[in-house]
Amino acid sequence: MTLLWLSAGSILLILCSIVLYVVYRGSHDLGVEFVLGQPENIWLAGGMLPALIGTLYTVLIALLFATPLGIGAAVHLTQYTKEGRTTKLMRIGSDALNAIPSIVFGLFGLTLFLYYLRMKPSVFAAGLTLGFMILPTIIRTAEVAIKAVPWSEIEGSYALGATKLQTITGVILPTALPGIITGVILGLGRAAGETAPIIWLASFWPPITPLSPADPFNSLTTTLYFLTSEAQNEQYITRAFAVASLLLFMVLVLNYVARALNNRLSANIRR
Amino acid sequence: MKPGDKEKTVRAALFLSALSAALILLFIVFFLFKEALPFLSHGDLVGFLTGTVWKPTANVYGAGIFIAGSILTTAGALFIAVPLGVACAVFLSEVAPKKAVNILRPAIELLAGIPSIVYGLFALIVIVGLVQQDLGKLLTGDSLPTGKGILAAALILGVMILPIVISISQDAICAVPRSFREASYALGSTKWQTIQKVILPGAMPGIAAGVILGVGRAIGETMAVVLVLGNVGMIPSNILGIDSRGETLTSAIMLDMSYVPVGSMHYAALFTLGLTLFFMAFALSMASEYLLAKRRRQSKC
Repeated sequence: MTLLWLSAGSILLILCSIVLYVVYRGSHDLGVEFVLGQPENIWLAGGMLPALIGTLYTVLIALLFATPLGIGAAVHLTQYTKEGRTTKLMRIGSDALNAIPSIVFGLFGLTLFLYYLRMKPSVFAAGLTLGFMILPTIIRTAEVAIKAVPWSEIEGSYALGATKLQTITGVILPTALPGIITGVILGLGRAAGETAPIIWLASFWPPITPLSPADPFNSLTTTLYFLTSEAQNEQYITRAFAVASLLLFMVLVLNYVARALNNRLSANIRR
Repeated sequence: MKPGDKEKTVRAALFLSALSAALILLFIVFFLFKEALPFLSHGDLVGFLTGTVWKPTANVYGAGIFIAGSILTTAGALFIAVPLGVACAVFLSEVAPKKAVNILRPAIELLAGIPSIVYGLFALIVIVGLVQQDLGKLLTGDSLPTGKGILAAALILGVMILPIVISISQDAICAVPRSFREASYALGSTKWQTIQKVILPGAMPGIAAGVILGVGRAIGETMAVVLVLGNVGMIPSNILGIDSRGETLTSAIMLDMSYVPVGSMHYAALFTLGLTLFFMAFALSMASEYLLAKRRRQSKC
């Protein structure tokens, strides 16, 4: 029994030591200037703004791609079909896509966008690659959220003479919304933290502020990778920890929002 | 537009979006195959999968070292993640007071949310240093020539796959019917005996599914491994020191791809590595889905 308590304690210990150590080592550089300033000297001085914008921009594209598709897929799987051979195929597709290693998405994005569509490395290419990757997460969470909508509400809508489409847009989607948003936030966090899928699509230096989706970009994660793998002195490492703290902070906030929404969702269901 | 047309268009759009994941999957397989084809049609696959020399300059491609590297680091990660993860899952569903659950759950979610590159940085600076300096002094009286290698990689990978092992195992434990537990208590068993003899065996298929998913994650992980495994083209033959270094499927792709000429044999060989990785992940995912589906039929949770 003590062992069980110890195992739980060790997990807290691991988490705290990672988070606290990263923030402690990064704290030297952290500040408003670090988040909102322009970088100098291959990211070793100044701020991270272009990389932050690049990361947010790619994630936005990923969400614009994956959210409508994911919700559409979930609505289809829950409202329009019986379980059969086609749904099985759809589910296998989604499960397998979820299991694909991120570096394989990187290979796919590289060949599809750069070698076949002959595009430049761009926000668009990276955003879609990340969008492919987070699609299964959004499908699955949206499906769970839609399944949690009480039958009585759906039947009530039909009883009032609403069509299927009216029931979906007027009753099912609004009720499932908090759950769907939770899934979108989970996908957002995953897309923002991934490195391998975009390693060949992001550029390292000079800093670029992308305006159009066709522009090249920097990202926080790939910059962190270069700082870490090319580290020549302590300055690189201090910088790397500061970038890692920024990423951790983003994950922390996203997790908190997702959790708060989820609690509201379960409160709704109880009501 | 007739009144029924809108409904039909929406129906078609929804059907297509539901099919999109499968279509993307198909596309990925197609592209991997297409790029790997020059290599697949040329060399022998058995030699590729079992060969232990990877020398693109001499046109020798033995991916055996990378496959062995992936399997060994993953096995090491399981040594940490399985006991700790299953114990934590049992704790969460059987023992923990509500307050502890409310602290531990968000902690595990956070652990799952930390980007792999951040784990990699932490492992490179902290774990590699600990292995090289402290563990080296403890065991041999002197610091080791390198702290990179399979021990550091297994430690960080183990932590990285903990959340998935915990969450799937916990679902499985919670799916063990209440009546089983009560029957066990009614026969006079203690809580510990019930956990050991009733709950764990009952939850075994689900726990196995969680472990398999963890294996898939560990095999597919790139950033942390590439930073701490040492990236030397050999099979790790020791737990510590220079012989413990190696390279995995993921790190080989990651490192070689950035300089390889497009369309060369080396390039096609890298896509064959990607294909190997894909099929491993696919098989593991299907295996865990099979186990989970079986459980879902047995009981609802």
